[in-house]
Amino acid sequence: MSLNELWFLLIAVLFAGFFVLEGFDFGVGTVARFLGKDDIEKRVYINTIGPFWDANEVWLITAGGAMFAAFPHWYATMFSGFYIPLVFMLLALIIRGVAFEFRSKVENKKWRNMWDWGIFIGSSLPPILWGVVLANFMTGMPIDQDKEMVGGFIQFLHPFALLGGVMFLFVCIVHGLQFITLKTEGELQERARKVAKKLAPVTLILVLLFAIVGFIKTDIFTYHGNLWIILPILTWVTLLLGAILNNKKRDGWAFTMTSLTILLLSASIFIGMFPRVMISSINEAYSLTVYNAASGAYTLKVMSIASLVLLPFVLGYQIWSYYIFRKRVTKKDVTY
Amino acid sequence: MDPLWLARLQFASTTIFHYFFVPMSIGLALIIAIMQTMYVVKDDEKYKRMTKFWGTLFLINFAVGVVTGILQEFQFGMNWSTYSRFVGDVFGPSLAIEGLLAFFMESTFIGLWVFGWDRLSKRVHLLSVWLVSIGTILSAFWILSANSFMQSPVGYEVVDGRAQMANFWEIIANPQLWVQFPHVLTSAFATGAFLIAGVSAWKISKKQDVDMFKRSFKISIIVAAISSLFILVTGHNQAQNLVETQPMKLAAAEALWEHSEDPAPFTVIAGINSDEKTNDWSLDIPYVLSLLSYNKFSGSLQGLNELQDQYVEKYGPGDYIPHVPTIFWSFRAMVVSGTLMLMVAIYGWYAARKDNLEKHPRFLKLMVWAIALPFIGNTVGWIVTELGRQPWVVFGVMKTEDAVSPSVTANEVLFSLVTFNLLYAILGAVMVYLFVKHIKKDSTKKKETPMTTDPFSKEGTEIVSQ
Repeated sequence: MSLNELWFLLIAVLFAGFFVLEGFDFGVGTVARFLGKDDIEKRVYINTIGPFWDANEVWLITAGGAMFAAFPHWYATMFSGFYIPLVFMLLALIIRGVAFEFRSKVENKKWRNMWDWGIFIGSSLPPILWGVVLANFMTGMPIDQDKEMVGGFIQFLHPFALLGGVMFLFVCIVHGLQFITLKTEGELQERARKVAKKLAPVTLILVLLFAIVGFIKTDIFTYHGNLWIILPILTWVTLLLGAILNNKKRDGWAFTMTSLTILLLSASIFIGMFPRVMISSINEAYSLTVYNAASGAYTLKVMSIASLVLLPFVLGYQIWSYYIFRKRVTKKDVTY
Repeated sequence: MDPLWLARLQFASTTIFHYFFVPMSIGLALIIAIMQTMYVVKDDEKYKRMTKFWGTLFLINFAVGVVTGILQEFQFGMNWSTYSRFVGDVFGPSLAIEGLLAFFMESTFIGLWVFGWDRLSKRVHLLSVWLVSIGTILSAFWILSANSFMQSPVGYEVVDGRAQMANFWEIIANPQLWVQFPHVLTSAFATGAFLIAGVSAWKISKKQDVDMFKRSFKISIIVAAISSLFILVTGHNQAQNLVETQPMKLAAAEALWEHSEDPAPFTVIAGINSDEKTNDWSLDIPYVLSLLSYNKFSGSLQGLNELQDQYVEKYGPGDYIPHVPTIFWSFRAMVVSGTLMLMVAIYGWYAARKDNLEKHPRFLKLMVWAIALPFIGNTVGWIVTELGRQPWVVFGVMKTEDAVSPSVTANEVLFSLVTFNLLYAILGAVMVYLFVKHIKKDSTKKKETPMTTDPFSKEGTEIVSQ
């Protein structure tokens, strides 16, 4: 494996990790305001992700930094090309981040209600926008010979992209509900389980539709051969298994399945893109690849050493943090 | 409107806003870690209360710093895609390592710290807050390694129209980085220290929980005094480094249009005439600029006009003189705020040692106002650094006007500029409100009257276990 390929893999892993981890806290943030009947219940739901959401978001920041370092053209084309969607995503992430912190600071219904809406909007908008971005990754974008994206942002909002947005929001919600069943108990847990049960059929239909339209419209699922079609199929199957296990109250396994759903979905898209990183819809030759978008060999080498040294520590203490907060969150220990 | 100007305005407003919170976070994290260490070592609950009181301010501030930081990183790709393509090789690794090494550490251990009071042993919990502090410091180092490359590019070669990294160690060993990092770091420590000292002074003057806030004052004023001293020393080093690396910036900071006399006088204030490229009048102190630049009473400096001629010869036609009045006055504001900080902090340390702070009501009031000093110094300091480098984005290598995203329209930048700045204004206001609310709350009184629902409150507040 060349370093260019290794870095593509690392960035794909960072994005997939971001989607899996931040996916459930997006989901929890989206449902908390509706699932919690009073302030304490809402706080319990929010506290299930309390110690984690910030570190989960760093997966995105690091993915961005890694793109900048390893594939400057990918970073530049993507971030300037998806300008308006990114503005909305950043606004949402800013509002969400401060809302988590600000809401508990004033004991006033209106105040908390306002920040609860902030958490809802800030948690539901980014998965929709990421769904739109992923769908556009698949269909390709109008990239010219100078590696610049041409045309306005409305072009990103084609029906398949919108389907991608709604699909990803629902997947994150189900994933988040599954996380809640794992991290709470009693009535709060049952409520999440029930909603997950209700949303399962819609989510399964959305993922199926996305996979079928993606298969017809793009070359992503079969780019490296027809066998790879197994990935979107497994995406759907794991989601189905998650729903079944949820009904059987096997919460740990159900959450594992929804995590796998997001992981497989990310894998099917990133593998199908490879070796391209941004597909040009104007001319296949204009596509950005892991070779023509990459930094020099020296930078890739330095970065490889740095990340191979640092990543084990990062993974180690993040896993340790999940272990420390492994206990379920109850109304009794809402202190923050 | 010109997308270049809008993008620059966007960068300036985001950076300035972001940089209100960053130094506060770095400074508060360190001092809170010191306080918690005293709690663990002395096993005195007072220090735990202290840690938690300042911890609340730290967390409110940290949240805003983190979220604005995401924009800070992403806007390079969004508004400055040509720049990103050109320098990604050299500039990107610093950002990536910052994420891997610093951001993950900060964010994970801050979660452990906030939610881990009862789940971690005292020592591991203390270790968490220290790791947060170390994370903020490492973050400063890596982002400054990127900024230093823009000020004084080293360790690269231009291949096929892109800067490629040639030597990673040269980038880490960049002399610019090693004068800038200590300066920025000590300023950040001082920012947190002056906040704690100022708020403590206010609390002492209001006679609220006097004992705890006197201790807070003492810890923070020591940090403030030591940091302020280092700020001046490291600032001096940095200015000397400019003589070598960016003489144009130094000449602009001194409003030095023509080659100086030998020995060179220091211009205290001047009436700058940028159109005529001269000063209408100035107040000078002889010898001092030579002394500051070379540590001796001789030596001359190059002026703006001769540097302009040199740069035209070297880099081709163009205007290489930055906006002199802004840099000149920002530089003075920076030096004055730094000097005042040192004076105030030393007096405060002296008063705290004598343990008679209550007898200095005026000084306590002054300390509250002094909270603003590091913020002023930080902001104008960055204005000198960034505006003084213009017209370059990477000094001598790439101009700012060549760095913007060609595919992004003026309207798009305008839209993001307006929405983000509106959001900044709201966040800033909310943060000040929360700070004041938290500071004004008298925690000693809370225990006497337990929190109850006010039946007459129109807001309909309710009991919540917060």
